[in-house]
Amino acid sequence: MVDKHIPDNTLLYLDNVTVSFDGFKALNNLSFLINQCELRAIIGPNGAGKSTMMDVITGKTRPDTGEVLFNQGSTRLSGGSIDLTRQDEAEVANLGIGRKFQKPSVIESLTVWENLELALKGRRSPFESIFKALSKEGFKKIEKTLSRIRLQDRRDFAGASLSHGQKQWLEIGMLLLQDPELLLIDEPAAGMTDEETFRTADLLRELSEERSVVVVEHDMAFIKALDCKVMVLHEGSVLAEGSLDHVQQNQKVIDVYLGR
Amino acid sequence: MSSVKLSSTTRGKGPLSRFLLDDPAGKWLLIAVFAISIIVSGLNLLAPEGSALHVSSYTVTLLGKYLCLGLLALALDLVWGYCGILSLGHGAFFALGGYAMGMYLMRQIGDRGAYGNPELPDFMVFLSWQELPWYWQGFDSFLFAMLMVALVPGILAFLFGWLAFRSRVTGVYLSIITQALTYALMLLFFQNDFGFGGNNGLTDFKDILGFSLKSDTTRVALLMCSALALGLGYMICRWLVDSRYGRVLIAVRDAESRTRFMGYRVEHFKLVAFVVSAVLAGIAGALYVPQVGIINPGEFSPINSIELVIWVAVGGRGTLYGAIIGALLVNYAKTWFTGAMPDAWLFALGALFVVTTLWLPKGVVGLYGQVREKFLKPSARTQEQEVVDHG
Repeated sequence: MVDKHIPDNTLLYLDNVTVSFDGFKALNNLSFLINQCELRAIIGPNGAGKSTMMDVITGKTRPDTGEVLFNQGSTRLSGGSIDLTRQDEAEVANLGIGRKFQKPSVIESLTVWENLELALKGRRSPFESIFKALSKEGFKKIEKTLSRIRLQDRRDFAGASLSHGQKQWLEIGMLLLQDPELLLIDEPAAGMTDEETFRTADLLRELSEERSVVVVEHDMAFIKALDCKVMVLHEGSVLAEGSLDHVQQNQKVIDVYLGR
Repeated sequence: MSSVKLSSTTRGKGPLSRFLLDDPAGKWLLIAVFAISIIVSGLNLLAPEGSALHVSSYTVTLLGKYLCLGLLALALDLVWGYCGILSLGHGAFFALGGYAMGMYLMRQIGDRGAYGNPELPDFMVFLSWQELPWYWQGFDSFLFAMLMVALVPGILAFLFGWLAFRSRVTGVYLSIITQALTYALMLLFFQNDFGFGGNNGLTDFKDILGFSLKSDTTRVALLMCSALALGLGYMICRWLVDSRYGRVLIAVRDAESRTRFMGYRVEHFKLVAFVVSAVLAGIAGALYVPQVGIINPGEFSPINSIELVIWVAVGGRGTLYGAIIGALLVNYAKTWFTGAMPDAWLFALGALFVVTTLWLPKGVVGLYGQVREKFLKPSARTQEQEVVDHG
């Protein structure tokens, strides 16, 4: 908890974040804000620092310099925010930041239902996981999510047996049950059919009504469907920001990314 | 994919009913272990010597030893099969439990040693030590010794696991340092000055709780204790892996960083499994020592821990009962080989490992599924396949 006061409706605050690997600056004075209940798309060429940015926010990578603050619900009232650079992955996850990787990663040997049960918010210590049974309420939540991601008839099937698209949906379901305030999603539309892509865009828009969602994506049609503010990353910092139309007209963006 | 559909219908019932319903293989294995132990014990004690039905005391003790090794294999399967921690040093926990028991048995000798010193074990007299070192204090008491059987391996596993898991040492690196751990302990216990009998270890035991270790009833009692420990150990492990804790372990094994991003402190989960496993291994060692009558630094030897991994692999890891079956089978084979053709044993063991790795990825207990899949009626097979594809 740090005393620095960031604007009330800001959920995530990055200021001058720099990460270098052997002299290569993966992030170079990166600064941006994410508001509460905001949907934000991030685009950028390969090596622009998108994954490193996610690693920094989720506690996997410590930045060399800069601040990463999170205005979590419970601390918002007390006027302070949490320094994410001091937390590890599990702590960040429990503070309310969920992350979805590009490759669908569900637990292959567990069933769909068991995957969801593991993701359900709360009961994270070994002791609780041994002795604390699943509550009725939790059971209902899992069932509800199961129907929302349309995998009811797959509930007792191992994760390994799902198709690529179903795994993506299961993972989204797991994130919903984690009930994060901030969702970081890496290329959700990769490998999806057009219909699935649009359904995913709808879902993400719907989700951003009650939480902030940050989506890293390459698929322009998908970003158009998201209909939100777009941020272009290049060489570890923000190149342009604004509506999709706005950034698409930006000469610098055309040069480094779109023009190729 | 013959086992795509997994059962979840019995969730919510008590651990015992779930055990009886969901784990027929484990249930039958334990029933068989108890039945054989009781029959062997009965025939040893009741059938007169010389009759065709009589079972020798040697067989009783041999079976007891096998069951201890089964418990050790079970302990390894909990961490390797379910959590993906390939420990190549689990023999160390077994040996530490064995030493704790050995120290108690040494104190029980009293003044009946070769030197007749009522205060000191023989090897200390030989080294002309004047008094009992502090770390031997308390081992006159059986209860204290039993506490140490669990505590010493448990605390070592806790410290080791705490450092290793917190630093995120995984995979082959972790295997190597567990190997180094048991090797270091072996060198330490070889030292005469370390105070555990050096090279010769602890031996020449007389009795346990006042009962002579040479008598048939004591041997039968030790066999039954081993069977009981194996049964209880199995139930505890089964209960753990069937709980949500067990599913987190599987998640850690399959996708460690994903589990972290779900908010689980992976190192804590690993640590609990590692400590429970070490305690079970220690108990196995403690029951083993009075039956074989000796504990020496050779038990720490890395080769023992590697053999242990082979038992589990041969039996089938990640099933619990497979580990026990593997330990029993391989050790029975070892006994047979070392009697019939001692030079061939290591070759046979190596061959067994190669065969298992190449053709039995799920071990002996996975054989049934493999055979079933191969000879399953083609129609049924395509149906199952369809379910998977349309998934």
